Amino acid sequence: MSVRKTKHEMPEQPPQERIKNFKEVPYGYSKEIAIEEAKRCLQCKNKPCMKGCPVEIDIPGFINFIAQGDFEKAAEVIKAKNNLPAISGRVCPYESQCEGECTLRKIGEPVGIGRLERFIADFEREKGKKPPKKPISTGKKIAVVGSGPAGLTCAGDLARMGHSVTVFEALHDPGGVLMYGIPEFRLPKAIVKSEVEYIKSLGVEINYDVVVGKSITVQELMDEFDAVFIGTGAGLPNWLNIPGENLDGVYSANEFLTRVNMMKAYRFPEYDTPVKIGKIVVTFGAGNVAMDCARTSLRLGAEKSYILYRRTEAEMPARAEEIEHARQEGVVFKLLTAPIRFIGDEKGILKEVEYLKMELGEPDDSGRRRPVPIPGSEEKLAIDTALVAIGQSPNPLIPQTMKDLKIGKHGNIITDEDGQTSVQKIFAGGDIATGAATVILAMGAGKRAARAIDAFLKKKP
Amino acid sequence: MYPIVDKKVLSENVKLLKIKAPLVAKKALPGQFIILRIDEKGERIPLTIADSDPKEGTVTIIFLEVGKTTKQLGILDVGDSLENFAGPLGLPSEVKKYGTVVCVGGGVGIAPLYPIVKALKKEGNFVISILGAKTKDLLLLESEIHASSDEFYIATDDGSKGHKGFVSDVLQQIIDKHQVDMVMAIGPIIMMKVVSNLTKKYHIKTLVSLNPIMVDGTGMCGGCRVSIDGKTKFACVDGPEFDGHKVDYDNLMLRNRRFVHAEGEACKMAGDQ
Ligand SMILES: Cc1cc2nc3c(=O)[nH]c(=O)nc-3n(C[C@H](O)[C@H](O)[C@H](O)COP(=O)(O)OP(=O)(O)OC[C@H]3O[C@@H](n4cnc5c(N)ncnc54)[C@H](O)[C@@H]3O)c2cc1C
Ligand SMILES: Cc1cc2nc3c(=O)[nH]c(=O)nc-3n(C[C@H](O)[C@H](O)[C@H](O)COP(=O)(O)OP(=O)(O)OC[C@H]3O[C@@H](n4cnc5c(N)ncnc54)[C@H](O)[C@@H]3O)c2cc1C
Ligand code: SF4
Ligand code: FES
Repeated sequence: MSVRKTKHEMPEQPPQERIKNFKEVPYGYSKEIAIEEAKRCLQCKNKPCMKGCPVEIDIPGFINFIAQGDFEKAAEVIKAKNNLPAISGRVCPYESQCEGECTLRKIGEPVGIGRLERFIADFEREKGKKPPKKPISTGKKIAVVGSGPAGLTCAGDLARMGHSVTVFEALHDPGGVLMYGIPEFRLPKAIVKSEVEYIKSLGVEINYDVVVGKSITVQELMDEFDAVFIGTGAGLPNWLNIPGENLDGVYSANEFLTRVNMMKAYRFPEYDTPVKIGKIVVTFGAGNVAMDCARTSLRLGAEKSYILYRRTEAEMPARAEEIEHARQEGVVFKLLTAPIRFIGDEKGILKEVEYLKMELGEPDDSGRRRPVPIPGSEEKLAIDTALVAIGQSPNPLIPQTMKDLKIGKHGNIITDEDGQTSVQKIFAGGDIATGAATVILAMGAGKRAARAIDAFLKKKP
Repeated sequence: MYPIVDKKVLSENVKLLKIKAPLVAKKALPGQFIILRIDEKGERIPLTIADSDPKEGTVTIIFLEVGKTTKQLGILDVGDSLENFAGPLGLPSEVKKYGTVVCVGGGVGIAPLYPIVKALKKEGNFVISILGAKTKDLLLLESEIHASSDEFYIATDDGSKGHKGFVSDVLQQIIDKHQVDMVMAIGPIIMMKVVSNLTKKYHIKTLVSLNPIMVDGTGMCGGCRVSIDGKTKFACVDGPEFDGHKVDYDNLMLRNRRFVHAEGEACKMAGDQ
């Protein structure tokens, strides 16, 4: 029997429809399609796909259960390693993780591992999640700072080992970027909340409105708990540093997305937080964050949504799927352009952006060809809103208030492979240690740190 | 949930609430603020900590009703609770011995000035306070601040109490008479600008507390950015207190008008209900 060379298509909302709503774009596989897709898997003995999975899921194992139609068993296999499959099943860049290693790539497309993970997570959620067995308590207490994917994974794993875990979150909602950054139409907030409920059902307590370093210090946490995990993310927005960036109409991606996602400005005035974008929106940058900004703008009613990027399509850091979705929805890409200043009217309201055309020169440190400006190529574009999405840096609050914690040159907390920092009782992982990366890498770091914390506590009398 | 344990109506649209928030109360220092959200659909708004009692575990806020959230807050009473109350945020005020300090408070800015006046006095400074308001009914914490000051002045726009005119007129008179080592000014942006322009001429160190529109209050969104000496700073983590001579007040005024149109709409909605 020959194997189908392509993944089964993901059914999704048509572009013209979906830009008018905030509902999720892909609907997910049906049972029948999921089983058919699962049957494409070759059940390779050496499990190459697993090498690409930072949270160590037994991939052929769960796929095999799907192929047999035993979705509950498949869920058990995933849940043995991953507490947040409905999240990773939606936003993980599988093409460069598990699917990037899949044997089937030799003859065509890999198995749709991500889509199958999402299918099982949704199946389990709709059916009602099984409350897990409570392990025997070890009597050890651990504080987790930040409730993003790193913190939630670490907390969940530690709770399953029998430790008592308290999470401290600065904001009023859990999830970090999952809640405030990634839009509803890619990751519905009800799903994030339901995954967090599961973590809580493992015995994890979450305290909101606690800004560690302000409301309580890391030192106080060290005195009260046996170990501390820091997963405070990379929340500090980077700026273009060009004239006019403080005009009314220029937002950081974080402010724009937080207003829309966490504060639900898209439902203003039912919700109190406003956002205003006008007709023409330009997003600067070409990562996932930029795609989210450009696509959100369309849904808020922008007539034109541009992405301005100084390199070419080949260098765009966003996932291929996100770029494709953005293009289908009508986002216009202006490549090889770099902004040089924002221009406002006499009241200080943004009116125009001026930019230069670029061409690719010699490769830089990152191996990518460096964009160089073409002299005299200045052009202007009339715009209402500018969204700056050119990256985030690690959150400086805790590093600033902890003198003996070793910090790298980008403001990241320095750790070893397992999340051990320069201070014995303190572990860290996720974007705060690596700089802005991905959900699955943050989850993997949380998982390794949980194991290291467990080992550390067992050693301790 | 954070229960309201006391409420006072200070003037027609200025209210005081005492909130039970033990974690915040334990750490609060003069000059810091909190961010609150009334309920699940509410906006996050910043308010300065006007007083705190670590033993009782309470934090006092004083606010002027200007829009949807502050008006809704003004209706709440003892027994009601707030959904969220995070803090203390921002860097504390630079309280130390300067010598002679003048504390200038305008309008609702008088509230956050109060803990700073007390702290400066405790450090052994000679404290001169000037409070300003449109009319005498809008003056806050008059007797409290008077009691913590060595000299005390009032200025009202309509002359209903004290000097008729601006706080800056009174400040000018003081500068003419005294050697002033530091000026602390909190109030409307225009007041802080005028005070800073005045003290700059005399090279008197001046601190102001800025109130840009905020969202998270943790340094994550950059909505609160202000231009200080041409450099971008986030008021929620690098401030809210800054060197008054370095602030771009015009940019701050402009950025605080960002959502004026939309806020009107939210208020209309609330009024309709
Ligand atoms: C718009 C956007 C889209 C993205 N899209 C994708 C995608 O499609 N796929 C993907 O893999 N990755 C994506 N990413 C990246 C991914 O979201 C992050 O790499 C990941 O969330 C990092 O997880 P984390 O747990 O380290 O930190 P975060 O998710 O940033 O969580 C940190 C948490 O700590 C809290 N915190 C911070 N400081 C304190 C403090 N002092 N005290 C208490 N709490 C504190 C924060 O409030 C936050 O809740 C995207 C990022 C953004 C911004
Ligand atoms: C660090 C800090 C400390 C503050 N401390 C106090 C305080 O102790 N007491 C107090 O009464 N207020 C204080 N403010 C201002 C207060 O946060 C705003 O008045 C409040 O957010 C308005 O919310 P609203 O929904 O009631 O009004 P909105 O409906 O949001 O706005 C109504 C009107 O107020 C203006 N406005 C909105 N936000 C602000 C703002 N941040 N500053 C000035 N004007 C604004 C709007 O432009 C509009 O014209 C502080 C602000 C900051 C940043
Ligand atoms: S590499 Fe691909 S085909 Fe092989 S087991 Fe993993 S998913 Fe199946
Ligand atoms: S309020 Fe968001 S960074 Fe200051």
